[in-house]
Amino acid sequence: MTAVWLIPALPLLGFVTLVVLGRKFGDPGAGIFAACMVGLSFLGTLGVFAHLLSLPHEERAISQTLFTWISSGSFKVSIGFLADPLSITMCLFITGIGALIHIYSVGYMKGDPKFSKFFVYLNLFVASMLLLVLGDNLLLTFLGWEGVGACSYLLISFWFTDPKNASAGKKAFVTNRVGDFGFMLATFLVWVTLGTVNYEQIRPLAPGLAAGTATAIALLFFLGATGKSAQLPLFVWLPDAMAGPTPVSALIHAATMVTAGVYLLTRLSPIMAEAGWANDVVAWVGALTALVAACAAIAQNDIKKVLAYSTVSQLGYMFLAVGTQSYVAAVFHMITHASFKALLFLGSGSVIHAMAHEQDMRKYGNLRKYLPITYATFMVGWLAIAGIPPLSGFWSKDEILAGVFNAKTFGNLALWVIGMAVALLTAFYMTRQVIMTFFGEEKWRHAEVDAHGHELHADEEDAVDDHDHHHLTPDHTPHESPISMTLPLVVLAGAAAVAGLLNLPFGDPLKFLEHWLEPTIVGEHELPPGWVQALLSLAAVAVAVIGILGARAVYFQKKVDPAKIEKPVFAHAWYIDETYAKFMGGPGETAFEDVAQFDQKIVDGAVNGIAGGTVGLGNRLKGLQTGLVRTYGLGMAIGAVALLAYVVTRIGG
Amino acid sequence: MTSSALLPLMILVPFVGAGIVALLPARRTELFRPIALLTSIVVLGMAVFMLVNFKVGDPGYQFESNTTWIKDLGISLHFGVDGISLFLVVLAAGIFPIALLGSNPDHDPKPYYGWLLVLLAGSIGVFCALDLVVFFVFFEIVLVPMYFLIGLWGHGRRVYAATKFFLYTMFGSALMLVGLIALAVLHQKAVGGPLTFDLVTLAREQALSTTASRWIFVAFAVAFAVKVPLFPLHTWLPDAHTEAPTAGSVLLAAVMLKLGTYGFVRFGLDLFPEASVWAAPVMLTLGVVGIVYGAICATMQKDLKRLVAYSSVAHLGFIVLGIFSITTQGIEGGILQMVNHGITTGALFLLVGMVYERRHTREISALSGLQSSAPVMAGVFTLVMLSSIGLPGLNGFVGEFLALLGAFKGARWWGVVAVTGVILAALYLLWAYQRVFHGKAEGENAKMRDLTWSEGAVLAPLLFLIVFLGIYPKVMLDRIEPSVKALVVHIDRNVEGFDAKDVTPKIAPAAKGAEHGGEG
Repeated sequence: MTAVWLIPALPLLGFVTLVVLGRKFGDPGAGIFAACMVGLSFLGTLGVFAHLLSLPHEERAISQTLFTWISSGSFKVSIGFLADPLSITMCLFITGIGALIHIYSVGYMKGDPKFSKFFVYLNLFVASMLLLVLGDNLLLTFLGWEGVGACSYLLISFWFTDPKNASAGKKAFVTNRVGDFGFMLATFLVWVTLGTVNYEQIRPLAPGLAAGTATAIALLFFLGATGKSAQLPLFVWLPDAMAGPTPVSALIHAATMVTAGVYLLTRLSPIMAEAGWANDVVAWVGALTALVAACAAIAQNDIKKVLAYSTVSQLGYMFLAVGTQSYVAAVFHMITHASFKALLFLGSGSVIHAMAHEQDMRKYGNLRKYLPITYATFMVGWLAIAGIPPLSGFWSKDEILAGVFNAKTFGNLALWVIGMAVALLTAFYMTRQVIMTFFGEEKWRHAEVDAHGHELHADEEDAVDDHDHHHLTPDHTPHESPISMTLPLVVLAGAAAVAGLLNLPFGDPLKFLEHWLEPTIVGEHELPPGWVQALLSLAAVAVAVIGILGARAVYFQKKVDPAKIEKPVFAHAWYIDETYAKFMGGPGETAFEDVAQFDQKIVDGAVNGIAGGTVGLGNRLKGLQTGLVRTYGLGMAIGAVALLAYVVTRIGG
Repeated sequence: MTSSALLPLMILVPFVGAGIVALLPARRTELFRPIALLTSIVVLGMAVFMLVNFKVGDPGYQFESNTTWIKDLGISLHFGVDGISLFLVVLAAGIFPIALLGSNPDHDPKPYYGWLLVLLAGSIGVFCALDLVVFFVFFEIVLVPMYFLIGLWGHGRRVYAATKFFLYTMFGSALMLVGLIALAVLHQKAVGGPLTFDLVTLAREQALSTTASRWIFVAFAVAFAVKVPLFPLHTWLPDAHTEAPTAGSVLLAAVMLKLGTYGFVRFGLDLFPEASVWAAPVMLTLGVVGIVYGAICATMQKDLKRLVAYSSVAHLGFIVLGIFSITTQGIEGGILQMVNHGITTGALFLLVGMVYERRHTREISALSGLQSSAPVMAGVFTLVMLSSIGLPGLNGFVGEFLALLGAFKGARWWGVVAVTGVILAALYLLWAYQRVFHGKAEGENAKMRDLTWSEGAVLAPLLFLIVFLGIYPKVMLDRIEPSVKALVVHIDRNVEGFDAKDVTPKIAPAAKGAEHGGEG
């Protein structure tokens, strides 16, 4: 027997144990324990993975039902798991990268007064994420979906004394709830039309869906996905979510949780196959998000904000793949992105750690001298995301773009052009980041920069006063991070370098991932012929190189003034968030206030007005409290008799 | 039919307890609390006995007892519980010890505990009365102790709040009294025989003309709408909740607010199925208005307790929505939500009360950064808040989800609008949490004491239920379902052209194979 349930149960057990004993375990005990639970879960996943491999291709699905969760009339859902190639692939990188980030956090969170609480949340997060992907029905996925959302909220506002962090946490949760509106309605619609919310039962029934219904279901689930996976129009919470500790950004807001939307639509590929133009919407929203966010990324000065917008942009790629039915490419990119983006975030965490919690890249420079391991591993992540072969990002991005080129999606060539433009921007902003951080002058040594940044810095001190840190002073000497932090960097760098091997385009036998996922995915897409693919790849590489050289010209050789590129409209991410904020804080809040005033003045006022006359009468009897009540009792009795007489005589017959 | 003395005893015991309290001299202040506690624990014990011995799968009334009271008027002391009322009785019995332990009166313990015991008797009685007059009597009895609790032990504007509460409910009750007498009289006219107020008989025989039952339904509905409360009859609630002492707020939320929604199921759908279907669009609309309007008002409140009070308006809206979707899922969700709202909002009121005891204010703007000074309380608050928001895996989700699912099935567009309530719930609670618990703690806020062990112990059963009923609501659904199914059949049988809109699973053979072929 393969115990699939152990995979989420282990981190859940870790969570429960740490709630009770976390403080006793202390620092670093609680962290090591939490990391072990996730590590064990990873081993368990490997076991299930091996078991699935041993089964014949078409039978690779293990379902396991623990107990009935909700049963009402003909609506029945269980706490049950489905371990199939898709969910186990997700579990492998969730637990694998999760364990590494737990280890990293032991070093990163060292000395934090809430050290053990951090790991309480982190373990709960991993358990929820595993429930999300392993659940065999929509409702259990929703449980995980909301669970990761709650953990994300708790971890973003982890250093809650700063109002900025607290607001960011709330914003993430509420924005996601807008998406959940779609998720819930879609679930209802699936049940009302198919009579089940179980994935294995949906699969054979999906082809029977009316096109309109399937389209509605797909769009509603996609609305849910735009929340969780930070796509237009709901992406605004993710950049703010960087307020959380950096390991959280790496694990939750880059590698795992934010890919949940991609997972969901991939899991529902049987419905997506019937959903017609909803697929076009997914592809276009993905492509436009990728472009909007990539533009924003080139003008950010906060090292984590660059990566945040980059994540939004890369997730856009994944939806572009989903919308063009290239599910394998989407999952492939999800895996490669998880490794290189986790690497980049952890690398930036190592930099932040070394730079007295300063996140402004304008105060960095030449750090390769002080942080050799961080630098070397960051280079791998940079080349991987920029799309330079043979590193992993190249292969997965290439597969997406090749799929788009040949897709039957509305305006597929325009989508391909957007995809290429995003590739160029990606290479550009990542090179910019690398140069500003690791090359050039040691800018924190300049007094004027420090003076200029001082005000900002005072705020920041407020921001992180719970965390062990000190000022970034001109005489500061950065130090490489401890081994608990550098080791995960090295492992992730290895993964980011070679993950491309999972699905190489050189002939059918090398497409391991495609064969592995094939039984779980419904949806046909054709790649262009080999020579076209080769040309496309060359073009993609060329674009990446242009991006890199462009950034080098601007930021290293300083041939162009950066201000010409870092337009305010990019720095403000097209003012989308500001517009929302203006609306919410302006007409939105006014309307809410008006309703509350209406309630107090009109609704309650009217009642008090009516009561006024009676109360005036009652005032004369006020001396006796019971007298007042008795008066009304009498009045009531008289009224009741009169009404009764009326009712019985008038409608009696 | 075997007769059981359990329910009359459950009602009698607190009355006896109240009698003992009344007879003791007021200076023996140390005795009242133990007597009240002991009494409520005995009642809880009986409730647990009832729960354990409740026959799963039986849709009818259990633990029935029927004694003629006033023969000439056809009034009898008829009690019984079924799946619809079972958990409301258990909740009432369970919440009393917690409310008693969770707070103390600051003066006059004798009348305080005396009234609380009368309230307990009334709360049990009202949920198991199967005679309309007896129901009405209990419906009124509970008013009196609550009136005094708010008026004598409440905060600031307590007399105003208590009077308002009393008048509103009396207004509704007057109409209901008219309705129930008219019902019995017209029923006797139609079928002949003796006058009867027996719910079971009246519901079964459905002897009234359509017009008459619609009119009488409206009379009942107004009484229940005040209790729920439904817009625009809700404004007594924020005042009553805010000014009531902590125990009063907890009991208002857990027991009193359920009188209306329970009434809608038992004396609405069951007694007037045709009229309920007829009135459903209006009721659904009022439910949805409650959800959205209550949430918006909650968002803008400046007083923490008022905020929770308005959140009740929204939560009760979900219940009304579920009930009047007239689907199995919706009604079951509604009943589940009645109990879960009692647990969650009860816990919220206890927590707000604990904050108030320490800080002597409920002004949100005066509180800040409490998570620094009281991390355990903050953690407990977070859990309860997430339950109230309806996070799956916690109790609040199941009922809300089923109510919405039922609404989507039975009354689609109302359901769609109602789902926006889940966004708003997150907004007002998280914003409140942020202002109260996040940020920097200064002055009094920095010195605030964390949860004590005894406070933790009072909250613990509620926290346990929040988690347990979120993961394993089956214990409740199994017992609720047969009665709800029978109710839907009853409606189907008595309403022409009614469509229960049941969804039949269309599981393809291949999928069935997969379901069983998997490894266990």
